[in-house]
Amino acid sequence: MIRLEGITKSFAGKEGAVAALDGIDLTIARGEIFGIIGSSGAGKSTLVRLINLLERPDGGEVFVGGERVTDARGQRLRALRRSIGMVFQHFNLLSARTVAGNVAYPLELTGAYGRNEIAERVAALLDRVGLSEHARKYPRQLSGGQKQRVGIARALACEPAVLLCDEATSALDPQTTGAVLDLLRQINRDLGVTVVLITHEMDVIRRACDRVAVLDRGRVVEEGPVTGVFLHPRHAATLRLVREAEPDGGSLDAAAASDLGGRAVRLTFTGPAAHKPILGRIARENLVDYAILAGRVGHIRETPYAQFIVSLSGRDVAGAIAGLRASGVDVELQGVAAVPEIEGRARHVV
Amino acid sequence: MSFDNLYWGDIGAALAQTLAMVGGALLLTVAAGLPLGILLFLTGRQQMFQAPLAYGSLSFVLSIIRSVPFIILLIVLMPITVIVTGTSLGIRGVIFPLVVGTAPFFARLVETALREVDRGIIEASLAMGASTTQTIFRAVLPEALPSLLAAITVTAIVLVDYTAMSGAIGGGGLGDLAIRYGYHRFQTEIMLVCVAILIVFVQLIQASGNRLVAHFSRK
Repeated sequence: MIRLEGITKSFAGKEGAVAALDGIDLTIARGEIFGIIGSSGAGKSTLVRLINLLERPDGGEVFVGGERVTDARGQRLRALRRSIGMVFQHFNLLSARTVAGNVAYPLELTGAYGRNEIAERVAALLDRVGLSEHARKYPRQLSGGQKQRVGIARALACEPAVLLCDEATSALDPQTTGAVLDLLRQINRDLGVTVVLITHEMDVIRRACDRVAVLDRGRVVEEGPVTGVFLHPRHAATLRLVREAEPDGGSLDAAAASDLGGRAVRLTFTGPAAHKPILGRIARENLVDYAILAGRVGHIRETPYAQFIVSLSGRDVAGAIAGLRASGVDVELQGVAAVPEIEGRARHVV
Repeated sequence: MSFDNLYWGDIGAALAQTLAMVGGALLLTVAAGLPLGILLFLTGRQQMFQAPLAYGSLSFVLSIIRSVPFIILLIVLMPITVIVTGTSLGIRGVIFPLVVGTAPFFARLVETALREVDRGIIEASLAMGASTTQTIFRAVLPEALPSLLAAITVTAIVLVDYTAMSGAIGGGGLGDLAIRYGYHRFQTEIMLVCVAILIVFVQLIQASGNRLVAHFSRK
């Protein structure tokens, strides 16, 4: 649906040009929720603004729906932008218009709809985002979550194929964030809209996205399905973002783990395996003991996961590891054979 | 000092002239200053039609006009006023210099008002496929409406001030009356009455301006 090829973009800074994006290649499939995560200054906002050409790339090409749009202008540019809805961190609603007026705005711009048709469409959109009874209020009378729902309804007004969300939940409290993410997922499911979600919070990615790309200093350093990137982060930047989300989560210094006498392994249970008493059974069968050194448990979208670093000791450690693998548990040896953090770009395959 | 033999007829006529001058000049000032202000805004730094040269030249010309004291501007403009309106006297002769004097000031106020509109709103409008014209007329101007009304209020009061000055060179109105009777003929009571009327007039403008601003504020 969206393809970025070799995108570069720099901005004039005090000491010459500063590269914001440095060779971005990215493909986003039709109908998926694609997350782009990075800490502030990584270039996320610039990247998402390239898709509807609010920013022009210095180099590289932008394709939307198979069509090269890199230098679209005038009518063609406006038509492209109408086919791409955008939701903003600070909502950017027109304070002089009512809720209904805000949602009607993009429809009025097209000049293609009559008054009645606009009113009908607006009513349907407000119903979809659950704001029907607030239609005549002004934005300042709404809560943050309600404002963002107006933003979403407005972005959907012209029936876009793509929805760009630029830190859409970053100004909201955790509970409202959850509700807005649920709404985005529902829209994605019901309308088949491709959603591109920019965020600095791994938690948002974990709850909403199918795939994710990690952006660090203008480059994509890691990309793949959320389960892969979230549970097996390989790049230092990804690791940092995962740890921010779960400060005490499943990572343990490799050296520290190997000092513990036993064999340190990282076990990842996903899907149904996360709910089964596998570890205890295998330990009993192989006469090994285990100490849990670190761990995290939760959901990636609807998929449950559990990840522990355990130290195995006892008679048949190798047999236990083989048994765990046979039961569908992902086992990574820590310490000597630990997977090194990488410098280039890590690709996770499903 | 006696208030018995005031020329109420003259005062009434002068008030009518002041109203006509302020009203007519305000209308034309807004008509001229609003497009200029929009142009300043659009060509300004990091705006939709960023054009440093155009912005710089326009800004320079407006600042020059604003640096000339209005009383001097009235005199300097006289030959041009005669060409434009056929006379440099009376209401007809004074509205042109009034507009030239206040339009640059109003244009600056418009520029500032438009700049205060959240950039995010402009970006959102463009992202929804709006053209620049649509963004200006359907998003930026409506968002800036309260500030624009405040700017019109301030400009109207400046015009009241300027009409009094133009009285000195034969413009007519309350200022003219106050100068002729109060200053040249030492009839202080006429000056006091004129000043009192002007005070009430300015208060009315400010109060109605404030009410309009409040009525259209949605923030």
